[in-house]
Amino acid sequence: MERVAGLDDESAEWLRLLDPSAADHRAGLDRLHERLLRIARAEVRRRTARIVGPEVDDLAHQAAADAMLAILAKRDTFRGESRFTTWAYRFVILEVSSKLGRHFWRNPPAPLDDEQWERLPDRLGVDPHEHAEARHLAEVVRAAVDETLTEHQRSVFVEVVLHGVPLDALCARDGVTRSAVYKTVFDARRKIRAALVANGYLDPSVRQEESS
Amino acid sequence: MNARERLARFLRTDPRDVGCDEAMAVLHVYADLVAHDAGAATERYPGVAAHLAACGPCREDLTGLLAALSGDV
Ligand SMILES: [Zn+2]
Repeated sequence: MERVAGLDDESAEWLRLLDPSAADHRAGLDRLHERLLRIARAEVRRRTARIVGPEVDDLAHQAAADAMLAILAKRDTFRGESRFTTWAYRFVILEVSSKLGRHFWRNPPAPLDDEQWERLPDRLGVDPHEHAEARHLAEVVRAAVDETLTEHQRSVFVEVVLHGVPLDALCARDGVTRSAVYKTVFDARRKIRAALVANGYLDPSVRQEESS
Repeated sequence: MNARERLARFLRTDPRDVGCDEAMAVLHVYADLVAHDAGAATERYPGVAAHLAACGPCREDLTGLLAALSGDV
């Protein structure tokens, strides 16, 4: 394996261990896997209280195994821009994210057939005392959504913003990337804001930075 | 913050925001910088910092990675 220049000792040692020609390669793999598993378990627990007992372990084992495969397949792309462990741990964190996204649908909240616009103020953290303004706000946003969003933007906005479906859960269900879902919501936010500034509901003095 | 201000804040988008793919591609480099000096991370990657400020899932990934690095797990 190509030697990465300027590497710290610990990272260099990990790269040496992951080289299949190393005498202690097998032990190195075990050590890395053990760490990934410990991180995956902690990460599942940190993120959700909805998963308990043996399911935590199942999920953590899958995440650690998949991260291990990714690390071994991509180790030659490690360029020493970070410590090796930081680079490697990223894989297991991303695996936990995507597995939790899939897991969401095992026990999803009750299906929401209607668009529940009255939830919007709450989702934005509006003080419950502001009833009247909250109702008005939900109405003007809904009108802006009707006027400006495409069908696709609208359905993603409703699921993510109104119904609180996690981005990674949508990705798992629809087979799209987190980046694509984020961009859809980003564009929707920008268009809704432009409409609400144009009709005078929002103050244009807080400058809308243009994008794309 | 009143209702309209909350809405305005939610709708505001940052043109420096690089999106999830670009942020995730450098998450390890960013995390090592943050672990050392958070200001340096923002300075070197303003677009990633803007993204992390707006994207809950990517921010969670960073938090998880930093927790893993801190050795508490
Ligand atoms: Zn993101």
